[in-house]
Amino acid sequence: MSTERVNVRKTYKLFIGGAFPRSESGRSYVVTDAKGKFVANASRASRKDVRDAVVAARKAFGGWSSRTAYNRGQILYRVAEMLEGRKAQFVDELRSAGMGRAPAAAEVDAAIDRWVWYAGWTDKIGAVAGAANPVSGPYFNFSTPEPTGVVGVLAPASPLLGLVSVIAPVIATGNTCVTVTESPLPSITLAEVLATSDLPGGVVNLLTGQAAELAPWLASHMDVNALDLAGAPAELATSLEQAAAENLKRVLRPAADTDWTADPGTGRLTAFLETKTVWHPVGV
Amino acid sequence: MTAEPIALDRQGVDDIVSSAASLRRFLHGLPGVDQVGAQERAARLATRSIKKSAKAEAIDLAISMVDLTTLEGADTPGKVRAMCAKAAHPDPSDPSVPRVAVVCVYSDLVAEAVRALRGTGVGVASVATAFPAGRAPLDAKLADTRRAVEDGATEIDMVIDRGAFLAGDHRKVFDEIVATKQACGDAHLKVILETGELVTYDNVRRASWLAMLAGADFIKTSTGKVAPAATLPVTLVMLEAVRDFRAQTGRQVGVKPAGGIRTTKDAIKYLVLVNETAGPDWLTPEWFRLGASSVLNDLLMQRRKLTTGVYGGPDYQTLD
Amino acid sequence: MSGKLFEYAPAPESRDIVDIRATYGLFIGGEWVDSTGEDHHKSINPATEEVLAEVAFATAEDVDRAVTAARQAYDKVWGPMPGRERAKYLFRIARLIQERSRELAVLESIDNGKPIRESRDVDVPLVAAHFFYYAGWADKLEHAGFGPAPRPLGVAGQVIPWNFPLLMLAWKIAPALACGNTVVLKPAETTPLTALLFAEICRQADLPPGVVNIITGAGGTGRALVEHQGVDKVAFTGSTDVGRQIARSVAGTGKKLTLELGGKAANVVFDDAPLDQAVEGIVNGIFFNQGHVCCAGSRLLVQESIAEELLDRLKTRMATLRVGDPLDKNTDIGAINSAAQLDKIRELSQAGEDEGATRWSPPCELPERGFWFAPTVFTGVAASHRIAREEIFGPVLSVLTFRTPAEAIEKANNTPYGLSAGVWTEKGSRILWMAERLRAGVVWANTFNKFDPASPFGGYKESGFGREGGRHGLGAYLK
Repeated sequence: MSTERVNVRKTYKLFIGGAFPRSESGRSYVVTDAKGKFVANASRASRKDVRDAVVAARKAFGGWSSRTAYNRGQILYRVAEMLEGRKAQFVDELRSAGMGRAPAAAEVDAAIDRWVWYAGWTDKIGAVAGAANPVSGPYFNFSTPEPTGVVGVLAPASPLLGLVSVIAPVIATGNTCVTVTESPLPSITLAEVLATSDLPGGVVNLLTGQAAELAPWLASHMDVNALDLAGAPAELATSLEQAAAENLKRVLRPAADTDWTADPGTGRLTAFLETKTVWHPVGV
Repeated sequence: MTAEPIALDRQGVDDIVSSAASLRRFLHGLPGVDQVGAQERAARLATRSIKKSAKAEAIDLAISMVDLTTLEGADTPGKVRAMCAKAAHPDPSDPSVPRVAVVCVYSDLVAEAVRALRGTGVGVASVATAFPAGRAPLDAKLADTRRAVEDGATEIDMVIDRGAFLAGDHRKVFDEIVATKQACGDAHLKVILETGELVTYDNVRRASWLAMLAGADFIKTSTGKVAPAATLPVTLVMLEAVRDFRAQTGRQVGVKPAGGIRTTKDAIKYLVLVNETAGPDWLTPEWFRLGASSVLNDLLMQRRKLTTGVYGGPDYQTLD
Repeated sequence: MSGKLFEYAPAPESRDIVDIRATYGLFIGGEWVDSTGEDHHKSINPATEEVLAEVAFATAEDVDRAVTAARQAYDKVWGPMPGRERAKYLFRIARLIQERSRELAVLESIDNGKPIRESRDVDVPLVAAHFFYYAGWADKLEHAGFGPAPRPLGVAGQVIPWNFPLLMLAWKIAPALACGNTVVLKPAETTPLTALLFAEICRQADLPPGVVNIITGAGGTGRALVEHQGVDKVAFTGSTDVGRQIARSVAGTGKKLTLELGGKAANVVFDDAPLDQAVEGIVNGIFFNQGHVCCAGSRLLVQESIAEELLDRLKTRMATLRVGDPLDKNTDIGAINSAAQLDKIRELSQAGEDEGATRWSPPCELPERGFWFAPTVFTGVAASHRIAREEIFGPVLSVLTFRTPAEAIEKANNTPYGLSAGVWTEKGSRILWMAERLRAGVVWANTFNKFDPASPFGGYKESGFGREGGRHGLGAYLK
């Protein structure tokens, strides 16, 4: 008598500091597929998880931002490679959420290509956004873009392409991020890709849970330098922006109807860059 | 500087000069000079506005600091006598004008100048040591020096061997200065660095210290035969050097910019530089000189403007 | 003469060149108009406490009039005007500033208290240079890296501080106009006069009415301007506290915002620094403009091995600083801008003493009338002291020491601010190492407090965001 093999299910946890912990709160929430069938009990992050994730992101910032741009590009490209290898899994997860086969495949392809696009930018944005400035005096004066620091990202509803489109430009330039997403699938699967792509722990931290609950903690956190409101609940956006003013966070307020399949341009790269200008006398 | 951690005593100086290596180590251990910063500081001090009573005071002080100089191949006893007359009484019509500090001539004309200046209080300086190039054997340089002193020179303006300095042979430069100082006897020794050939301010600072360690009574910028001659930033660096040297050793050394100082405005800029860098202790002819010739007439002209209130012209000043 | 200090006789710049009116209205739509309100403010000379003029406090209604004038000018004239024509107006303004530079410098010194040497040699030349620089961009915006067809934002509401009144006006107005925006600018309440003279310059330039509107007033006027719904862009330079309020108030409005706020810059001196230039850089870093400089080098971090020697040199140098009449051409340090600012400096200095730091000033005679503060240095300062953390905005230097480059970086970055920093060392690789790690928007290596229209300026962290100057400065005024 033959019995059908029982699947080994995946536990969807958070991604903080390169590890996959459960929420410190012990809370979880039920994730179902498009037909309402149970998929998983995903971890539901708390404000303390936000706090821990910010600590992890800050800790990772020094190392990540001082990697060479070439090395960051290599790692981002590695993410694309890993994603390519796990394409089928991502297509399945998107389909389980209700997407058709062809659109799901196209979305995964686009997400992979987005990593490739940003992988190539790491060592070029400095040339495009920096400058040698011809000042009126015997000084060499140059401006270079530098990462802003820890970026809080409210991921958009587009669970793969949207998520990749907001994370990749942030980390391409050397920032680290704490990302809040409401969709554990395929976000946490993407975290598994990141965890196996030589990306140092803490560069990307992914919290699943309720944006409305977590976003205010992220927006008001004094050790977060910037905030991407891509997926901010509309009714919260203004109050989040107000909270972000407390430590003068750089705030990106994208249009509500962002088309994630469109050419991303450099806007998301430059939104989280600071321009540093260095002066030095020229003499003998 | 009053609180250097280790003051430089005689033993300290002896240690520094004990070997070529230690001398080099010391000179290269001096704080660097940032060219742009030094030039900016000098330029900013040059914007000081010296008016009215301060200007009158500055003009007389500048006149008394002039080393009235003629260093031409065409110099003659007659030319030197004329200059000496002017040195003693820069403005014959106004006895309140101070006399200049010294006249400065080539060594073969020292005797002539000494005769002409007897009893005036004006000293005689002689350039020596194969001025201006300094390219002669040491014994010739010393003979030149001794002869000038025998003829009555009260000050000797020697040139350093810039070739040796630029080649890194600090010890040779040091030894020549020591030997010349000895040959000077009681005469004061001014050491010409020829900063236009040293090029960098780092070199100017090192050469200044080298000369002071070797016993220079004065350090002087230039021969006047090489461009650029004295500049404000070069003088600034040298003033910083004498200030620091006194702070560390207790010995005060004078400074003399020479060449290119033509107008009263120029002269006053140098006085401001002295005042705000080395300090007022240096604001006397004993410790600061202006090596120049044409500046004297401009100083006299400006002085007359201040006393009469009307502008003058060159026809009202004697040529020499 | 021997040993006697060579005193400089007073050398005052003549103030006859400026003609200050008794009262000023508002400059709206190219005309001088009266405020709809009754509130006026006396602008005084901080060096003498003499009343210079009465200026209006613009009301919300006045602000509305000004924004409306700016909107009309934007829609009808300035927005549609080709860049090459806008450029020529800006070039004209630059020339007019050069032509009237002495007048502007004297007026700035009278109204602000800054030494004429600085207003004449730094502020006003930079103002003219800024207009020249951005004039040239007006017809080249499509090459600036902001897309093939960048567009202006519309009406810019700009609020500027009192420390560099005319220079901050130039930093705000020149790029805004070059990009095709129109502006409503509010100068600081204590220093409105050069902005009002600038209004006259706009008229001499035949700048179309409404392109530049200047409204005077205090915080309330500024708030009304920033919060006005007809404003598309807000640019503010001033304190971090006010910057925070502005950021909060524009939240959710979609207005583009740039903020240039406070600082507590570290000026880091290594043991191999060019010492005499470092001393000048420290002096220039903290005593330039009475220390009323957001990027002032107010924290001196000196390597322990040379701390004593450097401080001796610094004190010797400080003793030569000439404090007094701002119009005297030999003055190095002028008057504190206002009684309120003087109180703040005194309070923080007292806190420095109370917390145990050692205070030193050179012997220095201060005038009886007016607002004055002697150049001051605090040694024995701990990183936790208020004078090491809070922006004093006055001629007060706090000295801390460090032992290793890593420690220097750690201490330099240990502040919520991030506007500027200085590094002094003769070792090139160390400069670059430090510059890479300092979290500050401007790093001056072997120099300090240098500014240029071609050089982007602005902060990290709580020192604000956005850049002014250079190609980067255009980004604040384009979409």
